[in-house]
Amino acid sequence: MTVAIRATDLVKSYTPGSRALDGVSLEVASGEVLVVMGPSGSGKSTLIRTFNGLEKLDGGELDVLGVRLDAAHEERPVCEIRRRVGMVFQQFNLFPHLSILDNITLAPVKVQKRPKVQAEQRAIELLDQMGIREQAHKFPAQLSGGQQQRVAIARALALDPEVMLFDEPTSALDPERVKEVLDAMRQLARDGMTMVVVTHELGFAREVADRVMFMDQGQVVETSDPASFFTNAREERSRRFLSQMV
Amino acid sequence: MRRRSLLLQVGVSVLLLAFLALLVNNLAVNLLRTGLGLDFGWLGRPSGFALAESALPYTPSDNYLWALTIGWLNSLKVIAAGLVLATLLGVAAGAARSSSNRLLRSLAGGYVAVIRQVPLLLQLLFWYFVAFLGLPETPIGDLIQLSNQGISLLGMPLSVEFCAVLTGLTVFTGASIAEIVRGGVNAVPRGQWEAFRSLGLSEGLGFRRIVLPQALPAILPALTSQYLNLAKNSTLAIAVGYADLYAVSDTTITQTGRAIEGFLLLLISFLLLNLLISGGMAGINATVLGRMRRSR
Ligand SMILES: Nc1ncnc2c1ncn2[C@@H]1O[C@H](COP(=O)(O)OP(=O)(O)OP(=O)(O)O)[C@@H](O)[C@H]1O
Ligand SMILES: [Mg+2]
Repeated sequence: MTVAIRATDLVKSYTPGSRALDGVSLEVASGEVLVVMGPSGSGKSTLIRTFNGLEKLDGGELDVLGVRLDAAHEERPVCEIRRRVGMVFQQFNLFPHLSILDNITLAPVKVQKRPKVQAEQRAIELLDQMGIREQAHKFPAQLSGGQQQRVAIARALALDPEVMLFDEPTSALDPERVKEVLDAMRQLARDGMTMVVVTHELGFAREVADRVMFMDQGQVVETSDPASFFTNAREERSRRFLSQMV
Repeated sequence: MRRRSLLLQVGVSVLLLAFLALLVNNLAVNLLRTGLGLDFGWLGRPSGFALAESALPYTPSDNYLWALTIGWLNSLKVIAAGLVLATLLGVAAGAARSSSNRLLRSLAGGYVAVIRQVPLLLQLLFWYFVAFLGLPETPIGDLIQLSNQGISLLGMPLSVEFCAVLTGLTVFTGASIAEIVRGGVNAVPRGQWEAFRSLGLSEGLGFRRIVLPQALPAILPALTSQYLNLAKNSTLAIAVGYADLYAVSDTTITQTGRAIEGFLLLLISFLLLNLLISGGMAGINATVLGRMRRSR
């Protein structure tokens, strides 16, 4: 088993005296799907945003795909990690002034210096895979939320990432649009992608996750396989959280 | 509601017309009293004064019309260069003010704060007397040669006066543009930064390709009024003896005594200049907004 992400004692503090991450350690194996759950404000977003250097660490160290990140937050490792790790946000964050195709090809052309034609071919393939090939020449605002989120996934995949991070990818969607996004993620997991997914979709976690990690107040409360997490969680806090979910 | 605003518009229009009529009446009365009438014949007479700086060949034996044209071209030259440089400086400083680098942020903040506290006239005098007249003779490579006679950039000679006015207008307007750019940039959602960063785009590339285009609709209208300000402020050139349109008109009026005609010409020339600027900006605005609307 190779390790994709190893976190050791991560500390992050936005305001002095309070810690959004308070000594988090974990490992994500290559090809594994880790689902992260926890109440609002528990530090889930902060955690996965440290994985691609969007948040600067205040303590501890990270090893992402063999690249080391710590409180020094040097530019070169951050850049390398961002090229090899994709991220999908709750609010999609598509670029509203660019067409769907340009949204997807911008980074491959500008960052990886791929020829434009080749990048566009790949973008069409990815849109096809997401079931929205016919949207290529529209602009983000002309698409439904579910379609926009699938474009965001395609945009991240266009860089051929080795790890994909998802921060509540379905929380901003209408209920009837959730499935199409989860289906795309399910397919990605089946293809062997390493994924860290912050989500409250119990069905997805039960079915797709290899492990579920439960966080509270910046700390890892427990990490279990989904079957035992959902039927008999070890910790009282996890059980209380789960009982409020359903 | 609609009726009342219509009524208000009619009222304001009537007042404006009345005021205009009063002005025209005053002008006519003045012209009658002096017994001069409007006369532009003097424009064809030789000016008799030299100009330190002319874009096209000019001697004192050329007529007043040509002298004023040279002045207009000098104005145009410093305004056009000022617009370009102030925009570059303003966008750079505005970007620096919202950068994640603390040093850059405070440098840009200090620049804006200082420049906005000091009247433009004093700044022009500072650039003229302190910065440019005090220049030692130092060729910097073959590209730029500095001396208190002026600056030679790639073999193109620029007078000390031109440099002082250009620097003053650029630095002064750049500070206002920086504030406008910062405001526009701050209105772009944080998620856009996170998105381009997570794709591995550099800060500079992300700013140019992602943030700035989305900030433009908010920036452009305010930019237009800064451009018009720069054009109007360029008349302060007379303080350092740069032969712009206003300076040449001033000399012309003194020599000919033709104050009314001189001011009419000055007014029309500036109107023309500013119409040029607002027209150009309206065009750019329409293109940018059109492109944004298409993406909505
Ligand atoms: N940019 C920020 N500045 C200051 N405090 C922040 C910032 N981002 C997060 N925090 C704080 O850090 C803590 C963890 O926030 P985080 O967003 O990681 O939680 P979360 O588990 O993702 O919550 P949610 O389920 O609401 O998304 C919270 O107390 C939050 O208020
Ligand atoms: Mg969150």
